[in-house]
Amino acid sequence: MQLLSGNEACALGAIRAGVRFFAGYPITPSTEIAEMMSEELPKLGGIFIQMEDEIASICAMVGASAAGMKAMTATSGPGFSLMQEGIGYAVMTEVPCVIVNVQRGGPATGLPTKVAQADVMAARWGTHGDHPAVALTPWNVMESFLLTVKAIEVSERLRLPVILLSDEIVGHMREVVSIPESVPIYERKKPLKSADEYLHYGDDTNFDAPVAHFGDGYRIHISGLTHRKDGFPTNDPKTIAWKMDRLRDKIDLNRDWLHIEEHFDLDAETVIVSYGSSARTALEAKYEFERKSGKKIGFLRLVTLWPFHYKKVADLLQNAKRVLVVEMNQGQMIREISRVVHRGIDVVGVNRYDGELITPEEVLTKL
Amino acid sequence: MNQEIFNSLRVDDRLPHILCPGCGIGSAMNAMVRAISESGLEKDEICVVSGIGCSSRVPGYVDCDTFHTLHGRAIPSATGVKLAHPNMECIVIAGDGDLLAIGGNHFIHAARRNLDMTVILINNFNYGMTGGQYSPTTPQGKRAKTAPYGCVERDFDACKMAEAAGAVFVARSTTYHTPHLKGLIKQAIKKNGFALVEVISQCPTLYGRLNRMGDAVKMLEYFRDNSITVSQVKEPKDAEGKIVIGVLHDSEAQEYYDVYKKVMELAQKVNK
Amino acid sequence: MKKSYPKPVEYKAKSGIEIHVIKEFCKGCGICVEFCPKDVLNLGNDLKVNAPNIEACNGDALCELRCPDFAIFVKKLKKNK
Repeated sequence: MQLLSGNEACALGAIRAGVRFFAGYPITPSTEIAEMMSEELPKLGGIFIQMEDEIASICAMVGASAAGMKAMTATSGPGFSLMQEGIGYAVMTEVPCVIVNVQRGGPATGLPTKVAQADVMAARWGTHGDHPAVALTPWNVMESFLLTVKAIEVSERLRLPVILLSDEIVGHMREVVSIPESVPIYERKKPLKSADEYLHYGDDTNFDAPVAHFGDGYRIHISGLTHRKDGFPTNDPKTIAWKMDRLRDKIDLNRDWLHIEEHFDLDAETVIVSYGSSARTALEAKYEFERKSGKKIGFLRLVTLWPFHYKKVADLLQNAKRVLVVEMNQGQMIREISRVVHRGIDVVGVNRYDGELITPEEVLTKL
Repeated sequence: MNQEIFNSLRVDDRLPHILCPGCGIGSAMNAMVRAISESGLEKDEICVVSGIGCSSRVPGYVDCDTFHTLHGRAIPSATGVKLAHPNMECIVIAGDGDLLAIGGNHFIHAARRNLDMTVILINNFNYGMTGGQYSPTTPQGKRAKTAPYGCVERDFDACKMAEAAGAVFVARSTTYHTPHLKGLIKQAIKKNGFALVEVISQCPTLYGRLNRMGDAVKMLEYFRDNSITVSQVKEPKDAEGKIVIGVLHDSEAQEYYDVYKKVMELAQKVNK
Repeated sequence: MKKSYPKPVEYKAKSGIEIHVIKEFCKGCGICVEFCPKDVLNLGNDLKVNAPNIEACNGDALCELRCPDFAIFVKKLKKNK
């Protein structure tokens, strides 16, 4: 048993899952992750480097991952904005990596030391162009560990960058947890074909696939230009559509197993939907209301924010007459929830965006 | 068959390349590919990294691991590859706009950090791929597509900047002096640390045409007639208005990964 | 990776030196022509390089090294270096 902060648990999760390359830049409230990596990675023969800015960090991370190392970076809002082009590059070139965003108040410099959950849409659409996105949100220290491990597994299997959307409260809080000594490590598979036959984006390389890296002797070409199966740029409409569909398929064909959530009492008339540290408040409000009124309240906590599983969430909420979406922003996840709930169902946002943790009382006033 | 050079290139359906007739980048690529093969490096020991631009299209034509990254970000991307595979030779090839404008910050810090890599900066005094806009090396007063009345800004000397930032090897040549260029690239590859080779190159289609410098041949004649070697510069005024070519700086300093290895040893000792 | 490229046109001198030109790669920039110290080359009607004065070639291969397009190659005499 250890007393750990969310950030420390995240760093440990990465290390246990096999991350041996971290390139980052200090930014509150994520800096502890970088500091822990700087201490632990050299002990394991891993690479820690503090780059000159977040853009350099994400580019170095993509380079190391394309060369075969499991790689991660950690940042907060302003750094996350800077990394967007790099995230898009990792999507286009199908390089696995994990980007931890410990959310803080924004926009711009905002509130470096205070919590918000306002990067939800940025995690989905931050970078330009049609692109798939995966974002997981922990609500306690143990999940900071487990979801980092999960994020690495997902990114490796799908050849896609995955965002761990933490927040300042979860990142800095301390809880007593029992961290496993080891976790299953996803080993990248070596290509079976010879260099002459291998196609870096061949049809058999989109999922759980054998992939070549720099240094394997496959002489691969990795480029951010829209490309053919062999990685070289193309202007042919059919090939372009093929690549765009291939990227979208990473999500479309995997939506089910990517969807992580927990729920209780969804047969109730009123359901509270939340995620991250807001969900702790939401659950507390549910129990208080039930104690006082005797009426059951439903609770749905999203762990996978993206991809949003429209069908599953619609099914889960089908009995609700009223849905409360509790989030520390001016209303972002509520947009997705509203889309899947029947017309006539009341969808109400319970929001706080002043840098303070939303309280059960605020949720109770809306119940 | 004396076209052995094609062993080092991705020939099938890739050549002829997309660069303009007479483009200096082609000559620089020719020198680079020969320098690599004459260095005794195996193809599988090299990774050629680039950003975005005409110069950055070169890796697509070279037969080895190639990494075509984002605009200005060739150097940090190469940093990741090199740290993952310290025994691979990382060669960055990119243009003046890519490496010095948007990539300027990374350029400075890589020189300071001194992780072993060879950077070939192809300086054709403009942003070619996008149509000939001015760049940090366009001289004041020269024309460009975004400087129709003459460039307002001064340019700077990338070699001096690299030296000031701590680069251990800094050299310059031109696309006229191709045997000299090939030799400098070989030296840069051999050097253990951040090595820069600036290549003064002609862009006859844009910079040259907008500034009435004639065709590729005329521009190469200009480089020939206005170059002066390092040893010929006895006092600063000798270099005025001239292109100084040769090895401008060659020093020794601890290479980044060598220092990092010591850090790993220390961390592992402390851990015991 | 298979290396297939167009067959070059070969110009042969009596001395045994040969110049090979891959016309498909040549873009007619004229660099090799203008900087040949022996005036071996010119641009033909097809605007590609050819070697009308092949006998004067001394095998320095500056054209091969300067060519931006890998279009011209010099096969030197079989003397070993």
